[in-house]
Amino acid sequence: MIDREQVLHVARLARLELTDEEVGRISAELSDVLGHIEKIGELDLDDVPPTTHVVEVSNALRPDIVEPSLPREVALANAPAVAASGFLVPSPQADAEPS
Amino acid sequence: MSATDVTLLTAAAAVDAIERGELSAGELFEAYRAAAAGDELNAYLWVAQDAPAPVREGAPLAGVPLAVKDLFCTQGVPSQAGSRILEGYRPPYTASVVAELAAAGAPLLGKTNQDEFAMGSSNENSAFGPVLNPWDRTRVPGGSSGGSAAAVAAGSAPWALGTDTGGSIRQPAALCGIVGLKPTYGTVSRYGMIAFASSLDQAGPLTRDVTDAALLLRHMVARDERDSTSIGFPGEIALPASESLEGIRLGVPEELSDEGVGIERGILDAFNATLRLAEQLGATIETCHLPHAPHALSAYYVLAPAEASSNLARYDGVRYGARVEDGGLVGMYTRTRSEGFGREVKRRIMLGTYSLSSGYYDAYYGRAQRVRTKIADDFRAAFESFDFVVTPTSPSVAFELGAKTSDPLAMYLNDYCTVPMSLAGIPAISIPNGLSDGLPTGFQLCGPAFSENRVLEAAYALEQAIGFDELARRARA
Repeated sequence: MIDREQVLHVARLARLELTDEEVGRISAELSDVLGHIEKIGELDLDDVPPTTHVVEVSNALRPDIVEPSLPREVALANAPAVAASGFLVPSPQADAEPS
Repeated sequence: MSATDVTLLTAAAAVDAIERGELSAGELFEAYRAAAAGDELNAYLWVAQDAPAPVREGAPLAGVPLAVKDLFCTQGVPSQAGSRILEGYRPPYTASVVAELAAAGAPLLGKTNQDEFAMGSSNENSAFGPVLNPWDRTRVPGGSSGGSAAAVAAGSAPWALGTDTGGSIRQPAALCGIVGLKPTYGTVSRYGMIAFASSLDQAGPLTRDVTDAALLLRHMVARDERDSTSIGFPGEIALPASESLEGIRLGVPEELSDEGVGIERGILDAFNATLRLAEQLGATIETCHLPHAPHALSAYYVLAPAEASSNLARYDGVRYGARVEDGGLVGMYTRTRSEGFGREVKRRIMLGTYSLSSGYYDAYYGRAQRVRTKIADDFRAAFESFDFVVTPTSPSVAFELGAKTSDPLAMYLNDYCTVPMSLAGIPAISIPNGLSDGLPTGFQLCGPAFSENRVLEAAYALEQAIGFDELARRARA
């Protein structure tokens, strides 16, 4: 069971703002889905190693050589706001409360 | 040939016709461009306006055009992964696999509709509206590659690219009566695919028949140093030719082929009929066991949302897409994400963030990773006794639009038979398996990692025996 407080906490972590209606709905939906998921708690998995990746690759490295990359103006072309050849963001000092 | 005639050719037949000089690539492209522009299924989000540059002399795919799921980045062409949060995004580069296929002679025809960020099994989660199933327009095409599947089934594309994270190629292929193949994880580059769950996402073909799937896949597999999990494929993908299953051992997992787990009777009847056909072709059929498969969906719905919650952190209104101002910085992030993401995406971000959060990580994410190990072990054990494991692709035929949108768990159960292979990273194909109540069903066949050539051979033999006529629906329409 996941209650309203937990939903609001997780939403804050995920940088989502939920309406009252959404909080209630998501609380019910997540409880439902987590109820199903919790069946994996019944399995004995103590000696089982976790799988993070199905293929055997580790540290796919390339030589540390500078290669051509996107020109700056191309990389900035999709940005909502740009200034001084960089991404422009609002001031964190203008946030209503520190997060 | 008339414009209608040329769109009746399979992609492989169109390649042959062009090479023999009976058809021009330009004529073929225009016929499909017109069909895609006139699409009434909402399968396309963007269609090419102009004919592409002529393909190079001797290009193996000869100019047969390709429809591409929206989430593949295509330079200068809208690529929004079905989401409002990528409003107006035109990537400065093209996904490796799309570039490889263009170089092989398959130019971009259009971008296809999909569930937002590939999260869904019905295509109803697209910010651009649902796709309609060409067999019955009151029903879903499946998802998340629903636009690609519908376009191929309706004949507005000769073939298409999709992506499969937990069934997103195979399930819509089944619901639309076409072929869909999820390759071994790592065989096709993920570079330029807008990510959902990076340890599961894999690109693959949606085609009218098995031969077309083999032909397209042949030009997709490649090691790509821009994707650090890319491996490539040992050898070449061959075009299948065998019409026999002599000596082939098929395992039918009890856990994924029983009415008790929610598979419709009509789906099981069609599945069992094909097992009998397989026996006539020389295969032996035995029950096998994947004891952890019933837990695959649980593990998947922890792991995929967890990876998604991390991957989707990048949509913050800074570098691309939409921005909604709210005075400060964190306020801008929050407003942008809250207004840009749709309902299912928010649900999965919440689920993923929850299962990764302090105090819950071990119980959910850690356990799910261990279940994943057990599922891969189950398949390894099965492949010691069997060449392939076979199941129905989807537990149901295409359902009515809106039937499952208010019940996320019911929607997630669509992936019951496809998720285990995704977690194990192994190749799996869905082929048309006749009709149930007048709607297509799918037969799924999977093999060990990198067994694509054998999977395609067996699927081809079954396809010939089943004799599904994919043109039947269009003739009727």
